[in-house]
Amino acid sequence: MSASANRSGNGNSRKGELLLEMKGLRIEGRAEEQWLEIVHGVDLKLHRGEVLGLIGESGAGKSTIGLAALGFARDGCRLSGGEIWFDGIDLMKASEEKRRRLRGSRIAYVAQSAAAAFNPAHRLIDQYVEAPVYHDLMSESEAAAAAKDLYERLHLPEPKTIGFRYPHQVSGGQLQRAMVAMAMAGRPDLIVFDEPTTALDVTTQIEVMAAIKDIVEQFDTAAIYVTHDLAVVAQMADRIMVMRNGDLVEEGSTRGMLAEPQAEYTRALLAVRQLQKDASAPEPDARPILRVDHVTAAYGDVEVLSDITFEVPRKRTVAVVGESGSGKSTAARVITGLLPPRAGRIIYDGNELPADYRHRSRDQLRRTQMINQMPDTALNPKHRVRDVIGRPLEFYLDYDGKERDARIRELLEQIELEPGQFIDRLTTELSGGQKQRICIARALAAEPELIICDEVTSALDQLVGEGILRLLIRLQEELGLSYMFITHDLATVRAIADEVVVMKNGRIVEAGPKDDIFTPPHDDYTDLLLSSVPEMDPDWLDRLLAERGEQLRDRGI
Amino acid sequence: MNSRLHNLRKVLRTAPPTAWFGMGVIAIILLSGLFAPLVAPYGETEVVGAPGLPIGSEFLLGTDQIGRDVLTRVIFGARNTVGIAFLTTALAFTLGTVFGLLAAVLGGWTDQGLSRIVDILMAIPPLIFALLILTITGTSIFNMVVVIAVLESTRVFRLTRAVGMNVGVLDFVEVAKLRGEGLWWIIRHEILPNIAAPLAAEFGLRFCFVFLFISALSFLGLGIQPPTADWGSMVRESATLISFGLPTPLVPAAAIALLTVSVNFVVDWFLHQASGLKE
Repeated sequence: MSASANRSGNGNSRKGELLLEMKGLRIEGRAEEQWLEIVHGVDLKLHRGEVLGLIGESGAGKSTIGLAALGFARDGCRLSGGEIWFDGIDLMKASEEKRRRLRGSRIAYVAQSAAAAFNPAHRLIDQYVEAPVYHDLMSESEAAAAAKDLYERLHLPEPKTIGFRYPHQVSGGQLQRAMVAMAMAGRPDLIVFDEPTTALDVTTQIEVMAAIKDIVEQFDTAAIYVTHDLAVVAQMADRIMVMRNGDLVEEGSTRGMLAEPQAEYTRALLAVRQLQKDASAPEPDARPILRVDHVTAAYGDVEVLSDITFEVPRKRTVAVVGESGSGKSTAARVITGLLPPRAGRIIYDGNELPADYRHRSRDQLRRTQMINQMPDTALNPKHRVRDVIGRPLEFYLDYDGKERDARIRELLEQIELEPGQFIDRLTTELSGGQKQRICIARALAAEPELIICDEVTSALDQLVGEGILRLLIRLQEELGLSYMFITHDLATVRAIADEVVVMKNGRIVEAGPKDDIFTPPHDDYTDLLLSSVPEMDPDWLDRLLAERGEQLRDRGI
Repeated sequence: MNSRLHNLRKVLRTAPPTAWFGMGVIAIILLSGLFAPLVAPYGETEVVGAPGLPIGSEFLLGTDQIGRDVLTRVIFGARNTVGIAFLTTALAFTLGTVFGLLAAVLGGWTDQGLSRIVDILMAIPPLIFALLILTITGTSIFNMVVVIAVLESTRVFRLTRAVGMNVGVLDFVEVAKLRGEGLWWIIRHEILPNIAAPLAAEFGLRFCFVFLFISALSFLGLGIQPPTADWGSMVRESATLISFGLPTPLVPAAAIALLTVSVNFVVDWFLHQASGLKE
């Protein structure tokens, strides 16, 4: 500990000094046997103790730049031009051995998925001590003692013993914090955080964000925080750089940029969570399109749904909200018949549906369509758009030849894709948002009444996801569709729902019209969910933590 | 169609020299096999000279133990051995992929049943198993093809089941199931196109094993019967000549080796393409 105290002491005295500088950085990626530039000459400066937020959509080059701060380029990428100076060392020219010496001791990296970054066969603490011992910073026992100290500072439960668990024995949020501890092991001058909270639930995200913010301040470490979520970066960063397609769009202090964004693109990013639909009450006397009636379901012996009852009114949207593991996706599997329930019934338009999809008639299957979370895996990579949309047309509705072709074009227009340009494309030749639109068109082709949307925007960039939500709202108005919308994102709920069902651990915690759910008083859990959604206010996290204060400490957060 | 041809040309341009060598050798063997009566200087079973003439005499590759032209025999042998090997591999693939996909898609008891049968078949050394069956049923080309196809199909089954399962759990298969599609449609349209590349590579590799298997059986006298020319039995029949310092049995042996190596070169390259590996 004494060594680290010295180091952070030094850091303090030199605070404000330039730590990392990139000049005209160019990075190329290999695609189809040729090198394409993916980062076009970016300048970046980072001072000691400063947190820099790098933000942009996928493909913006933000992660690539984050890794370049370690003098590293991913497989299939290369640093092709410019300079990277870290504390007087030229990382582009330094030998691989020299760079290796820096990584893990003076520059550290925290990856997006802690679950994938930890070796499942070793205990947490064994993985912690590896780097400090390798870099001769401390002995094994010193490192183990330092680990326990860090675990405590990161508010991990049972800091003395948690290190002796294996990665699968702790929760996702705890694992992410354990990885932050690991990055801190060598008391680095710089840490690169690559979307560290993206894979987490909102309630867990808070724990990790608070822990990161706290520890970075304690040790006065400089950090690059890479994320696509402006609200998250607003809490963490002193300064923000907005990236797009490998170019810098805008740079400025966090407060300044949030108050007065200069670039059009930044303004679009800022506005992204503002979409809101007015909730409508169900049509009076209309029979609900779907009723989930006292359903209990289980995987093997594990009960994941316990006595669930809710209704989807005709031409309305019901959002089912909850953290991962709350059973919301299982509910969709029960409704579609993929997982026959232990007890309870699925009633569609007044009639009970067979529990197993294999016993449902073609017409029953047609009326309920599903849109999946991952458009990448929901479309067969060997099929063309024409096959994807055309199949339900001929399968359910006996469209043929020219009629079928005309209907495919009509559907493509409905989802705002140019028919002539897209009809003959392979599904692999589409972007994520376009793929999701094709999935929507495939569902529409069956002329359904109810569409189950399972986290349809969570795999997409925010701006693209917003486009999908707008499309879904428009289609509902035009075609009178009913939606069951599964999501963990409350901004999405605000945008699209009429009614909300909040789930936790396989039970319904609270349900009702959207406005009722969003206005206090709430159930405790709903309150936790609602208050955990990051807002575009740099003081939001501090204020929230102060409010939760003791309450959070008690929970070990 | 035009774009497909264009793609093929693009892929071919990336082929390494080893793959070109392989494709060249395979083409020569296939062509000479197909047009054997035109290419070969003599008839398949014709005795043309003294037995055991050396290489480079009047006959380019010499004569065998009863005076037939070795070059002619090798050319006709290509036709018989390669043809039968191809037929056997095709049969093995049909069996293996059909059952493998059924096991992958249906799962449960179907998978258990089929997989355990395959385990039993694989537990017995194939050559001994084949010898046993052929001794009981008698040696005929038909029997041999069926026995080898069944034995080799176990390997194809395992591969198909494994890759089929990987594809079978993807969302688009679930979407097709929920649409109400039948089993064959799902296999044919959703799964098969996505596992075609590894299966094609496996076909090449399997062909080599089948080919060696037939040669081994022929060498042991249970495969293709004389006087039909076949590389395996040619090695056996002329084996004694080697003790007189004549390289005659090495010629068909070299042909076997050359074809096996060539097919492997092409398969290696193809596997590389299919798996998307760069270096």
